[in-house]
Formats: sequence, C-alpha cells, structure tokens
Amino acid sequence: MFEIHCPYCEEKKPEIEFAYAGEAHIVRETKADDLSDQEWAEFLFYRDNKRDDHHERWWHQHGCNMFFNAVRNTQTDKFVTTYKMGLNRPKINPSTNNIKAVQNGK
Amino acid sequence: MENDKNMPYRKSGKGAVIGKKAIGFSFDGTDYQGLEGDTLASALMANGVHLMGRSFKYHRPRGVVGAGSEEPNALVTFDRGTGRVTPNVRATVLEIFEGFVARSQNNWPSLKTDIGAFNNTFSMFFPAGFYNKTFMWPKSFWDKVYEPFIRNMAGLGSAPTEADADVYASVYGHCETLIIGAGPAGIAAALTAVKTGERIILVDENPVFGGSLLSAPNDEIDGIKASDWLDKSVKILENAKNVTLMTRTTAIGYYHDNFIGLAERITDHIPNLKLGVSREKLHRIRAGKVIIAQGAIERPLVFNGNDRPGVMLASAAQTFLNRYGVAVGNTAVLFTSHDSGYAAAFDLADSNVRISLIVDARNEVPKDIQTEAAKRGIEIISAASISKTYGKNRITGVEVYVPSTGEKRKVNCEALLMCGGWTPSLHLWSHSKSSIRWDDNIAAYIPDQPNENAMCAGACNGDFGLRAALQGGNKAAGGRKSYKVHERDFGTGTTFVNLPNYIDASKQKAFVDFQNDATEKDINLAVREGFSSIEHVKRYTTIGMATDQGKTSNLNAMQIASKAIKKTVQQVGLTTFRPPYTPTTYGTIAGYRSGDLFEVERKTPMDGWAQKRGAVYEPVGVWRRARYFPKVGEDMDTAVARECKATRDSLGIFDATTLGKIEVVGPDAAKFMNLMYTNPWVKLGVGRCRYGLMLGEDGYIYDDGVVGRLAENRFHVTTTTGGAPRVFRHMEDYLQTEFSHLDVWLTSTTEQWAVIALNGPNARKLIEPFIEGIDLSPENFPHMAVREGKICGIETRLFRVSFSGELGFEINVPSHYGRAVWEALFEAGKQYDITPYGTEAMHVLRAEKGFIIVGQDTDGTVTPGDAGMVWAVSKKKKDFVGRRSLKRPDLVASGRKQLVGLMTEDPNVVLEEGAQIVADPNQAIPMDMIGHVTSSYWSESLGHSIAMALVMGGFDKEGENIYIPMQGKTHKAKIVKPFFYDPKGERLNVV
Repeated sequence: MFEIHCPYCEEKKPEIEFAYAGEAHIVRETKADDLSDQEWAEFLFYRDNKRDDHHERWWHQHGCNMFFNAVRNTQTDKFVTTYKMGLNRPKINPSTNNIKAVQNGK
Repeated sequence: MENDKNMPYRKSGKGAVIGKKAIGFSFDGTDYQGLEGDTLASALMANGVHLMGRSFKYHRPRGVVGAGSEEPNALVTFDRGTGRVTPNVRATVLEIFEGFVARSQNNWPSLKTDIGAFNNTFSMFFPAGFYNKTFMWPKSFWDKVYEPFIRNMAGLGSAPTEADADVYASVYGHCETLIIGAGPAGIAAALTAVKTGERIILVDENPVFGGSLLSAPNDEIDGIKASDWLDKSVKILENAKNVTLMTRTTAIGYYHDNFIGLAERITDHIPNLKLGVSREKLHRIRAGKVIIAQGAIERPLVFNGNDRPGVMLASAAQTFLNRYGVAVGNTAVLFTSHDSGYAAAFDLADSNVRISLIVDARNEVPKDIQTEAAKRGIEIISAASISKTYGKNRITGVEVYVPSTGEKRKVNCEALLMCGGWTPSLHLWSHSKSSIRWDDNIAAYIPDQPNENAMCAGACNGDFGLRAALQGGNKAAGGRKSYKVHERDFGTGTTFVNLPNYIDASKQKAFVDFQNDATEKDINLAVREGFSSIEHVKRYTTIGMATDQGKTSNLNAMQIASKAIKKTVQQVGLTTFRPPYTPTTYGTIAGYRSGDLFEVERKTPMDGWAQKRGAVYEPVGVWRRARYFPKVGEDMDTAVARECKATRDSLGIFDATTLGKIEVVGPDAAKFMNLMYTNPWVKLGVGRCRYGLMLGEDGYIYDDGVVGRLAENRFHVTTTTGGAPRVFRHMEDYLQTEFSHLDVWLTSTTEQWAVIALNGPNARKLIEPFIEGIDLSPENFPHMAVREGKICGIETRLFRVSFSGELGFEINVPSHYGRAVWEALFEAGKQYDITPYGTEAMHVLRAEKGFIIVGQDTDGTVTPGDAGMVWAVSKKKKDFVGRRSLKRPDLVASGRKQLVGLMTEDPNVVLEEGAQIVADPNQAIPMDMIGHVTSSYWSESLGHSIAMALVMGGFDKEGENIYIPMQGKTHKAKIVKPFFYDPKGERLNVV
C-alpha cells in the first residue's frame, strides 16, 4: 500500500484514503463541436500506456476531497512527485530528482 | 532419558528449546509422547516415526526434508475439533501440546498402505504436462469424467467442511526499524538499533528467538557460549522500552513504501483453549527501514530416490539434534557437495549416532575436514554419488556409486543427510521489487539494489557463518562493532546439476520439487518439448508452484533447466516470488471482516420499524432495504400485488431514504447544473422540480433523479441509491478540474435526510393536518414542486413528485426524526388503509409507468435516445457533459438497442429479467439475439404481466412479435410503448 503525498494536505497518507482518477493533463475541449469524430474519440478514449513516468490524477477521497496530479513511474511503480491541479507538468531531472511544478498553467 | 522406550531417539542433554514436561499427543489415531517445546515433526521422530505423508501426484511415502517453514513434504491436517480443522500444515512448525491431534493426508485406506500409490508404479505415464495432454478430448468428458477424477486424485489435505469457529484480529503498526528474522544477524541488528531509542520491531516465525544459534552448541561469541550470548541479548531487548519482540510471527509480504504484513499465530500452540480468543492476528506495519535477516535454506541434492522418508537436509538433522534433542536415526549417511554438510554429521557423531559413511560428490575434500572425520572414525568417499536408496516407508540403506571405478556399494542407514549448498532467502527482498544478482562463488542469487529503504543481513545476503551474520546485522543497523567469534568454518561447495548414476535416466526418480512431485526428468522433458522460458518451464512442470513456493527446489530447477536450455542461469532468470511467504489462513487475511462485519450494511432510520413489521430485505448498493412486507401466509408475489393495489387504490407508504442526495449551492449553481445534466436549469423556478438526466462524457446515461430548486443558488439533487458516491465524485471532478471557474459548493447530504414517500389518491388528505407553512392546494403546490415548511412540527423539505404515477409526496425530514414522523403518519393513515410497500412494489409501480431504473434498464451503453428520453436533452445548451458524444457515429447509427415495452401473448407469463430476445424462434442455434429483457413484473393493476426490454431498432418494431426462449418454453410477446398504466398521467391530478 502506497504512501501518497497530498499536495493540498501537504502530508503523506496511506493509499486507502485515495482513489485513482485516470491520466492527467487531458483537457476537456470546450469547443467540442469543432472537433472531428476522430479528434473527439482521441480525447475521449485514447490514453498513454507508458513504461515510464506517467502523469495521472488521484482523488483524496477520504481526506480533503481534492483531485490532484501525480507522476508515477510505471516501471518502478514509485511516485516521483505530486502536484496541485492547474500546474504544468513538472520538469523532472532524473539525476537530481529536482522537481518543480510550474505555476498557473494547464 | 537416553533409550527412553517412549522416545527411543531422544538425546539427553541436547535440545535447546526442549523442556522436561512430557506431552501426550495423537497422530493418525496413535498416541505418542513428546516433550514441551517439540514440534510434531521432532516429537514423531523422537518416537522413530518418519513417515508423515503421501506425495501429491505419485502418493509416494514421505517424511520431513527440512526442520522449519521451508518444509515441502510433511504436510498434515491439524484438528482442534469441529470448525477448527486446518489442512496442509507443516509438521515442522506445528507445536504439540497436551491433547494435540493431527492426521496424515492424501492416502487411503491408510498412510502405510495407500491405494493411490499405483500412480507411483505407473509414474512413467504421468510425466509433466500429462493432464494437459491427456484430458483434452472429448470435450464433453471434462465435466463428468476428467475433472472429478483429477479432483479426487490430486490435492493434499481436504478443505474443511465446517465454518471456521475461530475469530481473527488485525492491527496497524508503525516503527522506525523492522527487523525480520531473529537469528544472529537479526539480533545483532536489534542490539544496535535499540540504542537509537527509536521504535524497533523484531519478528521471528519460530516460538523462540535464536535461529541458527539454537543449533550451534560449540560456537562462542565475545568469549561466551553462543547460547548464553543469545539469552543475554534477548534479555537486553526484552528490557528495552522501544523494542517490540514478536515470536510465532511470519513476515508474509512486503508491499509499497515499506508496508509489511506480519501474520502472528496466537493460539495454535495453547492447549484447552476456549473459543473467542483471536487465533491469529495480521499486523500491517509501516516501517521507516526494514532489515531482512531471513537466513538461507539448504539445497537438497537431486539424485535417484532422494525423497524416501529419512532422506533430509543435513542442516535439518542438525537442528533436530541441537534444537529438539532428537536423533534422526541411529545410523546415518551424509551425501554432500558442500563443506557445511559435515557440521551436521560431526554433531550427530558426537551424540553417538553412527555415521556409516560420508559421500562427497566433489573430487577434493579440505584437509581439516578429513582430519576431523578421521578423529571420529568416519570414512569419506569423494568423487562419488548415491545411485539409489533402499527401504519402503523409511530408508534402510543407500547404494554408493563411484563413477571412476564403476564400484557400487550398499551401506545401511536409518537416515540420509544431504547438502547441496545454500539458497539465500530472497522472498521478501523480491516482494519489495528490489533487484538480485547471480553470485558465482556461492552459485546462488543474492540481493543487489534495494527498491525500498531495506537491506539484507547475514545468510540471506549471501554472508554465511556466524561471524558474518553478526557483523552484517550490526552494520545494517548502523553499527561498527567487531565481534570475536569462535565457530566451525562454514566452508565452500560445488553445485552439481547432474549427479553421476549408472541407472538409465528414464528409470530414475530424482525429485526437484518434493511437494509437487516434479523430477529432473520433468524439467528435461519440458525443455525438449520446446519450453525455453523459465516461467513456462515452471508452469508446465509445476515446479515451485506448490504451497512452499519452491523454497527448497527453485535453484536446483533453474540450474537443471539452464543446462537443458544451454544458457547460463543468469540468462534463464529466476521466477517471481509472491506473497505470502508461507501459507497463510484466510482467517488471518479476513481479520474482523467475517459474519456481520463481512460487509457492513447501512440501515435507514425506519429500518427497525420495517423489521418489526416482518419486512423481507434485499441489499441495494450499500443499503439494506425492505423488499416487501408479507402478511401471514403471503409469498412475495401475493404481498407485492397487495401492496401495489393498495397504493393505487388508496395510500402506500415507502421508505425512500436511501436515495442519494447532493446539495449544489453557490452563485453559479444553475450554471453548474446546466453543465452536469442534459436538461436546462437556469429558468427553472424556485420551488420547482425537474427530472434530471446525467450523462458520462461518452454520451451514455450515467444517473438520473429529481432535482428541486430551493433558492436561486441552491439545488437539492437526488441520485439513484447505488449511484450516490460516483455521482458525487463525477460532480466534484468536473467542478475541481474543468469547471473550476464556477463558484459552487457540493455537499453529500444522503444521510442528513430521512425520506418518506407517500403515494396514492389519499396522500394529500393524510399529510394535510400535519403540515405547517405550506399551501398544499394543487394550484399552489403543483406536481413537480418543492416547499420548505414543517410536518409534525419538524422542519421538512416537501417534494410533490411521483415515481408511481399516483399523487405523491416525498417528505424529507432530518434523519433522527424519520421514524417518529413515519410512525405518526402511519398511525393517522390507518383511516385510509395505509399500506407499507417495499422496493419490489416500487419497481412494479414505476415499470407500469415506464420509468427507468438506471443500471437495470440501462447498462452503461444506453443513450437518452435509446431510452426514448430525447425530451430530457436540451437542444439549446451549447455545452453539457456528454453532449458532443451524442453525435458520435456509433451513437446515431441505426439498429441500436432501444427501450420498449413487451406484452406477452400469455398474460400470466412473467418473463425472466435478463432473458435474451430473438426475432425468429425457428432459427438454427446459435440464434441471432436482438436484445434482452431489462424489467419484468406481474401487474396487478392491469391483470397482465409487463416487461421492458432493450431491442435492436425497437422503436420501429412497435406492434411486431418477438420471442423469448426461456427454460423449457419459448414465449411470444408484442412490442409496445413502455407506458402501461395511465399513459396520460391523469392520476397525478387527483384533488
């Protein structure tokens, strides 16, 4: 059972408090009518299945009730970092593990 | 006690864990005596009994191989009486107590004469993959012939037939350092870690601490005897406030972020135990750091006849002697390829066991060992092998074979000790996904890079011998102590993949995996048949797949397979270790979650009233709900028909508390509702209600429910009973991530309100006298309206809605007042013959009206169009969740399954829900299935059965006949509109 750092509670909590919520940084297209069926299908169904750092969403269901983003390496099955909704994908330097989420982006 | 006639193999002055008290126990119906501290295995061998079981496939007689939890062979059934029978327990870890009862398994009529042993005689017909190859055809034989046969022949102990009478516990724990294994390495680690003052947990699977220290009578540590050092160290740890010591506790699994499962056996060794004490406890430990000191397991040698009772690991014989004071025979032969095997032979010789011969497979034996053997008058033959063993239910002798000369020689013995080197225990290390590497020096895998904050110390790290263990443990805990140790040199060895034998390989039985009865031949056959991945070889031969997970067999199997595949062991790789480390009872894993606590049911405030009334319940989501209220002599159909009729004729009362409720509040509440539901909300007047339809982004129906607007900025949303949590999550998700610009708060209020639904022409008359502050007149309180006021003096949100087609009200009151208001209304309702009804009648009433149940009439692939509900989808809104998807090509294609009504030709036939529908009953099988029945009931109001169904192109088939093949008969039905009762809705307007 993971210990997951909730970026809102700023605390590590056991996995049972959380629920997985799918891939992160998939932005809902508000002008969906302009999209072709293929483009809409890609938004709706197509997901990365990387053997690498995976950006994904978690929900602190039994805690602060907030959705947040995480980077988890699917090969090592380890969390690299977690960060608040709305921040850009963090830049990860593999050598130093120096992680910084960028403010105020999607 | 030497030559005690009860325990002829007991050695006085030996046995580090053995007390003086005699213990009476029973095995296979025979009474024996053992001593306090004995395991079943040690006590039986003290009595000269080695035959303890029959093997899995060939039913060969088997005795112990090991002395601890790695034991593959001696599996027995432990019997503490009804409901307390545990099969497949290793005799080497079962502690005896006065009145202890166990029996052997997998034999008939008895352990000594087992009919199933004919499998052994015909074993050439049972090679690896035998079942896969033989029982392929005819297909029809599988259920009736093959499977019962295999089930009868295979398996070891029988599964218990009674419910488990014991109770189990579980607990969470935390520590800075968890040390697994309390041998020399673990204890040295604990002695170092204790000084930090941090929380330390030290666990060992045995009843006493010490591990290998308990079988090392001649070793010394820091100038004192190893046993004294052990006592002294354990006292220090016992007195330390920051150390938790746990015996009889197995670390069964190592999970993410240093989360370890510890299975503690609390009562299995206690005599005359009353029920009610927790038998086992699962500790879930989060540790800062884990030091694994699991030790190593000796490797058997793979040679013809190596499974006969009395053939065992040399270290096991040494443990039985030193720890339990039991000689495994009066005469013994050692067969070894490693220096460490000699230690066992010398300890036995020093306790007056005659070592008839030592057979060393290696060409050279170290000089000092030769000297020690000579001192004891023991003959060593090097560069030799054992070609066969003699004896039926117990070994009586061996045939020694010297390949260089061709010499064969028979030597008598009561036990054969074997030592093929050592396998560091990497199980928990591997559970943690830490890496391993091959070490050529010891011909075994050892730990490489950790994946968690963990390290291995001692033999499990490939550091053998007492000094290495102590130093390793000390260092793992951050110490720098140097131990002065006097010990016998652990030495080195050679591994042999094929031991020389003059007997044709096809006639040999050289076992690799004792528990699954898999031999060297099986591995070679698997490779010959084209299996080159070790994972495939494992599954085909079943090696390593028994309950011992190949603790004694894995490395031998890898090496034999790698030679057959002609690759190095590293290239072949190692199969995966998975939790649990040793077999663990279901009880331990279930813990408290059994019986009433298996799945806790939610009950409404009115549940007790329904129970008193004799309601029959059904589970709905996490709730238990009253299904119907039978009167004396009524079955479900009769009760439901009566409840439906009473509601339509006069008045029914229904507990609707379980409906999910979410309060949507804020300046942007209406905008948010507009995005989450297909319907328009901005113009919905305050005090009005609307049926809301919610889609997933994929365009399929996700949930539905009535929504009331209490104020400009406040909506009272209801959801389906089962859907409440996911609807709340769905809303939160969108609010936080996509619609975060909206100023809205969501609160789950399901448990805040008890809901009493009143339906029937007399509903208004009943509540009128109890209501304050609400004008109930139809003009001022129309259908689909909501008001706030009081009922029976209690604040209420009163909805005028109907899920039955009758005049209806849903009275929301704070939960704690639910039962009081219910009882008051019920009492007053007697003048209208008020009838409580359950979920079954509710279903009939709503189906008569064609109202859908999401999840019953929809299945996650139904669009609003398919359900005939385009009226609920706004055409003006520019956006709502699922809107774009409704234009997906597949969702607008023709031939989709559409929700229709069915009227059976025979009015009395109630179709089965889920039954498949065909267009042509005479079509050859397999028929084309064009849909299925989603809801089906007897309608008392219509005197006719009714059904709803999803049928391909159903809307265009109105008036056509379709067929429903059911057990025994095919029924004909006509497709109709799914509005069976009062289609114009006039009954809502009763004054």
